[in-house]
Amino acid sequence: MQSSGLGALVRLVIVRDLRLAVRHWDQVIQPLIFFAIITTLFPLAISPALDELRRIAPGIVWVAAMLASLLALESLFRPDVEDGTMEQWVLSGQPLSLLLLAKVVTHWLLTGLPLVLMSPLVGTALGMPQSVWPTLMATLALGTGSLSMLGGVGAALTVAVRRGSVLLALLVLPLEMPVLIFGARAVDLAMQGEPVAGPLNLLAALLLFFASLGPFAMAAAMRVSVES
Amino acid sequence: MWLWFHKLSSPPYAYRMATLLRPWFFWTALALIVFAAYGGLVLAPPDYQQKDAFRIIYVHAPAAIMSLQVYVVMAIAAAVGVIWRIKLAHAVAAACAPVGAAFTVVALATGSIYGKPMWGTWWEWDPRITSELIQLFLYLGYMALRASFDDTQRADRASAILAIVGVVNVPIVKYSVVWWNSLHQAPTISKIGKPSIELSMAWPLYTMLLGFMLYFAAVLCDRVRSEILRRERNANWLVETVKTS
Repeated sequence: MQSSGLGALVRLVIVRDLRLAVRHWDQVIQPLIFFAIITTLFPLAISPALDELRRIAPGIVWVAAMLASLLALESLFRPDVEDGTMEQWVLSGQPLSLLLLAKVVTHWLLTGLPLVLMSPLVGTALGMPQSVWPTLMATLALGTGSLSMLGGVGAALTVAVRRGSVLLALLVLPLEMPVLIFGARAVDLAMQGEPVAGPLNLLAALLLFFASLGPFAMAAAMRVSVES
Repeated sequence: MWLWFHKLSSPPYAYRMATLLRPWFFWTALALIVFAAYGGLVLAPPDYQQKDAFRIIYVHAPAAIMSLQVYVVMAIAAAVGVIWRIKLAHAVAAACAPVGAAFTVVALATGSIYGKPMWGTWWEWDPRITSELIQLFLYLGYMALRASFDDTQRADRASAILAIVGVVNVPIVKYSVVWWNSLHQAPTISKIGKPSIELSMAWPLYTMLLGFMLYFAAVLCDRVRSEILRRERNANWLVETVKTS
């Protein structure tokens, strides 16, 4: 593997993380169950009437997705930092930002993508019409990508902090709010039968922005967290 | 040319400068704020629509401007600290956060008091107000992250990254009234050339803003000094400085 390039390196990381996830599949589905449970809370707390739920369904699905992705961040870097793998990566001389980007992409495949696939089910349960499905899935696909990137920065910052999960939420949620605004707005517009291109484009722009700068912030944060 | 910059990054020099400048900043700020308060509360004419209630802007607007400006200062200081590895810049960034959070709280509180007679509500989920609230959360998150490290140097670098990432919120707050339809009024004082506010009403506002800036500078001097005291507690120069003064 000595002569392999960066592409091979990224592939190695992704394959390794996917294999780890398959062998610990119970940890992968936990955020999904959490997503389903949170959406169940709203009909119980507000009203079981579908007419009422339909109105706030975009917000419910989006808030639940945000919290589920936040919960999933805990497992993003922590195991690798605790068993020393991350230290070896930092010392390896390979671009750390690329390695972390590969980890975040894998993490999205394992936590973001299932949320996207599950969302029509949850949306229907909350009274969303079938015509909204494509928009709902598109916003979540773009949005959870941004959430993973921002969350990766937060996770890298707090990974060395004891009991850092509350702190992680405190840091990441304010930064994620623009994503929530545009995501929920697009779904809301779709439910009213209006064009959704505007907020969707903005979500895509946010994803590109976070994906291009996020890995560097992640790498800088990880270097601070690992050396001690 | 860069000599002053390097000089300033040395803690003993910065400590002396902060001690020297602080009274100038503080007393000028106090004079300006008192003068502007008199101008705003007594001299300026009442608004033709809002009557006397508009006078709260003499605190609200400068505090809101400062809440963003302090964040920018903090992020720049953090970036300088990360890029040139200047410990003093990190001390400045750390000193900025509580002051900025205080300005944000003042802006939100006065805005809420202003909103009750004008819009008929204490709180409105309006883009400007909501993004200003996010700004407060960013300050609080920054301080929480800093507090969670025992080692000052790691706290410095970790929180610096957060400060730099958080800059994305500054343009969102600033342009929220332009980008979204908002209950909050559009900018009136920052329009260079043709401000949409009468000069007799505007001058106390600018004076107050200048007063707030100098007050921030004075508080910053104090906080930077105490940061230096804490960080350099084992240094010889500090023992001598404290003994002689």
